Amino acid sequence: MSERITIEEVAHVAKLARLELPPDQLAHYAEQLAGVLEHFADIDALDLTGVEPMTQPFPLVNVLRDDVEGPTLDRDEVLAAAPAALDGRFRVPPVLGGEP
Amino acid sequence: MSGPDTAAAIAADVRAGRRSAREVLDEHLARITRRDPELHAFNLVTVDEARRQAAAVDARVAAGEDPGPLAGVPLALKDNLCTRGIPTTCSSAILRGWRPPYDATVVERLRAAGAVTVGKTNLDEFAMGSSTENSAFGPTRHPMDPDRVPGGSSGGSAVAVAAGFAPLALGSDTGGSIRQPAALCGVVGVKPTYGVVSRYGLVAFGSSLDQIGPFASTVADAALALEVMGGHDPKDSTSIPQAAPSLSAVLGQGVAGLRVGIIDEMRTGIDPDVWARIEAAAEALTHAGATVGTVSVPAVTYGLTAYYIVAPAEASSNLARYDGVRYGLRVDAPDTATMNARTRAAGFGPEVTRRIMLGTYALSAGYYDAYYGKALKVRRLMAQEFDAAYGRFDVLLSPTSPTVAFPFGAKTENPLAMYLSDVCTIPSNLVGHPAMSVPFGTGAHGLPVGVQLLGPALSEPVLFRAARVLEEAMA
Repeated sequence: MSERITIEEVAHVAKLARLELPPDQLAHYAEQLAGVLEHFADIDALDLTGVEPMTQPFPLVNVLRDDVEGPTLDRDEVLAAAPAALDGRFRVPPVLGGEP
Repeated sequence: MSGPDTAAAIAADVRAGRRSAREVLDEHLARITRRDPELHAFNLVTVDEARRQAAAVDARVAAGEDPGPLAGVPLALKDNLCTRGIPTTCSSAILRGWRPPYDATVVERLRAAGAVTVGKTNLDEFAMGSSTENSAFGPTRHPMDPDRVPGGSSGGSAVAVAAGFAPLALGSDTGGSIRQPAALCGVVGVKPTYGVVSRYGLVAFGSSLDQIGPFASTVADAALALEVMGGHDPKDSTSIPQAAPSLSAVLGQGVAGLRVGIIDEMRTGIDPDVWARIEAAAEALTHAGATVGTVSVPAVTYGLTAYYIVAPAEASSNLARYDGVRYGLRVDAPDTATMNARTRAAGFGPEVTRRIMLGTYALSAGYYDAYYGKALKVRRLMAQEFDAAYGRFDVLLSPTSPTVAFPFGAKTENPLAMYLSDVCTIPSNLVGHPAMSVPFGTGAHGLPVGVQLLGPALSEPVLFRAARVLEEAMA
C-alpha cells in the first residue's frame, strides 16, 4: 500500500466521488494524497492478526421504534429548500440520455 | 472587576427576577456588535429571534413560572446544528442560505430549559479542520491575538465563549473539534461519551465519531449544559438509552484516592511550554489527594492514521447527499450526473474535497482491506489497550493540543501538519470515550494551554470532578 497514487487513479476516485475536477487540480490532489498515504504506511508495522474490526463504539443492534404514526417533516417546507421542485417532488435534469 | 458572567449566575438571577433575560441578552449583543466584526465568531447573529426568546423567558418569570435551569442564558450554536427556518451553512458554499425544516434535539432541549439562542458560529467547512481557516466565509480570529487561529473546527463557538459573546456555546467533536479550540482559547470544552448526546440535527461528518458537546467558561456551566442536552433521544438510533449524567451534584467531591495516569505516548511532539502545564496539572491533582502515575497506550501512536482513514471514509459517504437535488447549491447541467459533479466541485472547498477523495479512495475496490479494514482493527486494538489502562487508572491525563494557538497560514499548505494538531484528541473519538479540555494556565506568548482529561465510557462524573479540582487550583 505504499505505491504512489497516480493522476489516473485520482481521476478515477474523483469520478467515483462525483467531483468534476480540472486536470491541474487532479495533479494537486495526487500530490497531497500521496503525502498523506505515505504517512498511513505506519500501520503496516502493527500486527493486527486476530483483531476484530470495530465499526462503532457501542454496538446497538436492531434499534426499532414502535410502529405508530408520528409527525413528519412538512413537505412544502422541505421542497422550498430545494434548488428546483415540481408537483410536490424534487426536480432534476434528465437522468438518462445525457453523459454516461 | 467581577468574574465572568456565568450561565449559572445568569440563570439564578433571571429565575429570581433580579435580572431580565432581555437585559442579559442586550449586554451580550452589545459585546458582539463591538467585537465580532474583528473576530468573526458568528456566521449569523439572530437578533430578532433571540429577542423573541428572551421576551418569552421574561414572560414566564412574570407569570410566576420557572423557565428552567438555563433561564435567559445566551447560547451560541455551531453552524452545523440544524435550526428550523434559520440558515445552517456548515460554513460551506454548498449549503449557503439553506434553512432546515427542523431543529436539532440539543437545540430543542436547551431552548426548553430557558436558553436564548443568539446565533450560528463559524467553523471549518463541514467541521473538517483544526483552525477555522477552512470556512467558506473567512476565518475566525483568536480573541487574545488576532493574528492567530482559535483552533477548530468549532473555532467560532470557542471564541464566542472566550470573548464573552455567550456564556455557553455548542460544538461538535469528531476528532477534537471541541477540545482543541477550547484549549487554544482558554475555555472548558467537553466531548461526551459517544451516544450520551443525541446527534439528531447535527449535520453528519463521521457518524461513528461525532458527538455534540458544550463550551463554557467554567466547569460548572459545562456540567449544567450537558445535564440539559444529554439523555436518550429516540430520534438517534445510536443514543444510549439512559438519562443524562448527573454532574452538578458531584462536582465538589474532589479527587482524593483517584488514580490518574499520564499517557506516555502523548509526550512525543508536545511543545515544552505545553508539557510543563501537564506536569503542573499532575502536581495539582496529587496535591488534592490523587495518585498520579504513567501509563502506556501504544496504539494511540497509530490513531492519526486510523482516524484519517475512518473519518474521511465516513465523510465521503455522508457528504454524498450534497448533490444539488434536495438542498443548497445547484450548478445546472444537461443531465443529472453532470449536474451532481459540477455542483459538488463548485460547492466544496479544498479540505472537504481532499477528505472526500481520501475517503473514497480508502473505500474503493482493491484498497478497502489495506486501509479501511486495517483502520477498524487499529480502533479495536486501541479500545482494548484503553480498557487495560482503565483497570489501573480512573482518569488519564494528556495535553489537549501539542501547541498553543498558531499563526494564520502556519499549517494550511501541509495537510499532515494540520492533522497533527489532533493527535491527542483523536483516540477518544475512535473508542467513543468521553474527554474534556480544561484551561490550565498559559504557555508560549502568554497564550492559554488546555489539559485533557480522559476516562472510560460514561465516566463524565469523574472527569468533571477532576476538572473542577484543576479549575480551583488555577483560581
